[in-house]
Amino acid sequence: MFSGFPLFPEQASSVAADVDNLYFFLLAITAFFSTLIAGLVIYFAIRYRRRSEVELPEPITGSTKLETLWTVIPAIIVMVIFAWSAKVFLSLHRAPADATPIYVVGKQWMWKLQHLEGQREINELHVPVGRSVKLIMTSEDVIHSFYVPAFRVKADVLPGRYTSIWFKATKPGEYHLFCAEYCGTKHSGMIGRVVAMEPGAYETWLGGGPREQSMTARGEFLFQSFSCNTCHRSDGKGRGPALEGIFGKTVDLQNGQKVAVDDNYLRESILAPASKVLAGYQPVMPAFQGLVNEEALAQLLAYIKSLAPQAARLPGSTPSHEAGSERQNSKP
Amino acid sequence: MSTLRVPTVPVETREHYLNADYGIRSWLLTVDHKRIALLYLASITLFFFLGGFFAVLIRLELLTPQGDMVQSETYNKLFTMHGVIMVFFFLIPSIPAVLGNFLVPLMIGAKDLAFPRINLLSWYIYMIGGLLTFAAVVAGGVDTGWTFYTPYSSTYSNGYVIVTGLGVFITGFSSILTGLNFLVTIHKMRAPGLTWFRLPLFIWAHYATSLIMMLGTPVVAITLVLLVLERAFRIGIFDPTLGGDPVLFQHLFWFYSHPAVYIMILPGMGIVSELISCFSRKYVFGYHFIAFSSLGIAVLGFLVWGHHLFVSGQSAYAGLIFSFLSFLVAIPSAIKVFNWTATLYKGSISYQAPMLYAFGFIGLFAIGGLTGLFLAALGLDVHVHDTYFVVAHFHYIMVGGAVMAYLGGMHFWWPKMTGRMYPEGWARFSALIVFIGFNLTFLPQFILGYLGMPRRYHAYPPEFQVLNVMSTAGASILAAGYLLPMVYFLWSLKYGAIAGPNPWGATGLEWRTPSPPPTENFKQTPIVTEEPYEYSIREIKVV
Repeated sequence: MFSGFPLFPEQASSVAADVDNLYFFLLAITAFFSTLIAGLVIYFAIRYRRRSEVELPEPITGSTKLETLWTVIPAIIVMVIFAWSAKVFLSLHRAPADATPIYVVGKQWMWKLQHLEGQREINELHVPVGRSVKLIMTSEDVIHSFYVPAFRVKADVLPGRYTSIWFKATKPGEYHLFCAEYCGTKHSGMIGRVVAMEPGAYETWLGGGPREQSMTARGEFLFQSFSCNTCHRSDGKGRGPALEGIFGKTVDLQNGQKVAVDDNYLRESILAPASKVLAGYQPVMPAFQGLVNEEALAQLLAYIKSLAPQAARLPGSTPSHEAGSERQNSKP
Repeated sequence: MSTLRVPTVPVETREHYLNADYGIRSWLLTVDHKRIALLYLASITLFFFLGGFFAVLIRLELLTPQGDMVQSETYNKLFTMHGVIMVFFFLIPSIPAVLGNFLVPLMIGAKDLAFPRINLLSWYIYMIGGLLTFAAVVAGGVDTGWTFYTPYSSTYSNGYVIVTGLGVFITGFSSILTGLNFLVTIHKMRAPGLTWFRLPLFIWAHYATSLIMMLGTPVVAITLVLLVLERAFRIGIFDPTLGGDPVLFQHLFWFYSHPAVYIMILPGMGIVSELISCFSRKYVFGYHFIAFSSLGIAVLGFLVWGHHLFVSGQSAYAGLIFSFLSFLVAIPSAIKVFNWTATLYKGSISYQAPMLYAFGFIGLFAIGGLTGLFLAALGLDVHVHDTYFVVAHFHYIMVGGAVMAYLGGMHFWWPKMTGRMYPEGWARFSALIVFIGFNLTFLPQFILGYLGMPRRYHAYPPEFQVLNVMSTAGASILAAGYLLPMVYFLWSLKYGAIAGPNPWGATGLEWRTPSPPPTENFKQTPIVTEEPYEYSIREIKVV
């Protein structure tokens, strides 16, 4: 618009226009009521200015009719805003099932990102245009917040658990990435850029540079080097539960509760396994708190999530190592 | 019209609370609520200018995008100390501890507050907390932000978190005691005939505020104790590496600190009701609605803290409920604004300085309140959360609203407190430049926030510079607007015209006793036989 003096940020994601429409609606409400109130105050102040020191104004004490009116009308307006904003929020909150996961670790004062295909980035995130991306984020130290204004998305990044956001970039370009939660001395330096690329260019970018192992392959290596596989046997006869297809299921715990197996549950079960033990198993697994770092943990999760359900697997098959194999619509 | 009047009372012949006794001891050991109010006035003014000094440095740093005036660490300490001092040592005590202390007994026809010694104690507690925090500033400061979020504050920060936290903790008790004192006083010490619905709305607002002070402050006190325990003894409460939950801190902190916003704004709303009524010579339109909306805000204010956690990892369903409740709290605020506007209708409106502040308050509070809707709106808050949009919004409420009302109240009751008039022309001029300076400072910040500039940034991308320069320019005008009243108020103490008992022709018991009032407030306990704000029934003489 005005290159040196922008009033609105670029719209570069699938939700940006929805958020902006809500913003414009609220701007209109604000403009209307501010003008109404300011107009009335100024009009009354002039119209009813004191003309003589002895005038006695009419005794008006109130009007229930007016009070009802200006209680009900604002109430209706705010309920409309509530419903509209809740709808936008839920669409920001619920990631599409086919969203590509990217793992994010925040630390004072940098962003570390891992693609499933193996690429790692620092303070830079390359994403394809037109494909949903889900960031699974955690922090190594204090609370950070992952914020891309052009996408209108933000979520705090917490130590000790995963939070996530998703977005679908709609316009190729480079966009600001900010840390939005104050995190210490170099908070304002914890910035970077998100590069949205056309799918073809993105595939080229993925293929370029030093070719690294995929996250699932590294996860499998870790799974074996920590000897996880001696107990978590795929035939279900180990001392621990089989992990094939467990992600996304709801499972029974020893204490009778049920829990959904999600990123946070897997994380907790690796770092502090005794806290929520599956029904039918003994709390014999050692805690891995302090033994695996955030990157390795993300790789283990990527591997466990890649394990297909037992029944669906062909005899003798091993989990796929191919880059992006678990992405459902990986290649256009 | 001139408010400089010929003295109606011969100078200094009458004994009043200011000349009843002399010497430093007579002030430091006083139990007179009016003198304690002045002790508070002097101390919060010092803190206001200290906090303001930090604000000036922040705005100067933000003139350029590079972050080249001070180090990042220094900048972080500046905004932290600005926030801590302005919130805990200026805004929260400002109106209740100065004007509330001075006026609550006078307005209800009492000789003093219910517990005069506790009142003095609360000032001492405030000063101990204030000095402790000041010591932390001098020793090197603290860099956690005024919100003290964990685990940064409990584990990672190198600043004087424990000293500052203890300072705020201690000061909280002065707030609790003041609230207790007001509640008991308003319940038990009203003059004969002064029924609940004959009370000035200033009293209703202070009643609601006192409830929040009593019920909310203990929670922040507990939270700060937990923070200090974790930092000092590594007891795992908030830090996940010790087995704690970092989001728990945010819940506890905002359970107090959101209602604390209403501690800051409700008394201001009380002042504005008095000013609008007096200077338009009208009964306050919808008195009962304004009175009950104060209580409504106080109660609902306790149920909305989660709107500070929409992007903090709080469950989406909790977010929906907190958003809904936050929209509800907007309604009583809207009711008040409409009622003030309607009070002007068919009034007899004069534009003396306090009224100009009240007009400014309505405008700025309306914008502050309406932009609050943006932040309560879930899908929109995700984008503007922790950006300059939030900074602009809460400054509209706390500075545009609360400080405007505080200054309006100071101009209105200054003649009562000191027996002197200030120069009216200068006072109108300062009201105008505060209004202009304020808008120039904070309107650009709404745009900055929507563009995505995060708050608490020492350096920023160059495309945000134009708006930041505008904001800094506005801040310099605003600073002048705040310094001026201090100059002419002090000037008026010696050179101002002598004020009569009722220089504005206002209703209310405080105007029926001389200015300054005698130590015992009223020679005879007044008996109330009429409704409040009876401007239309009989002419109230300016004397």
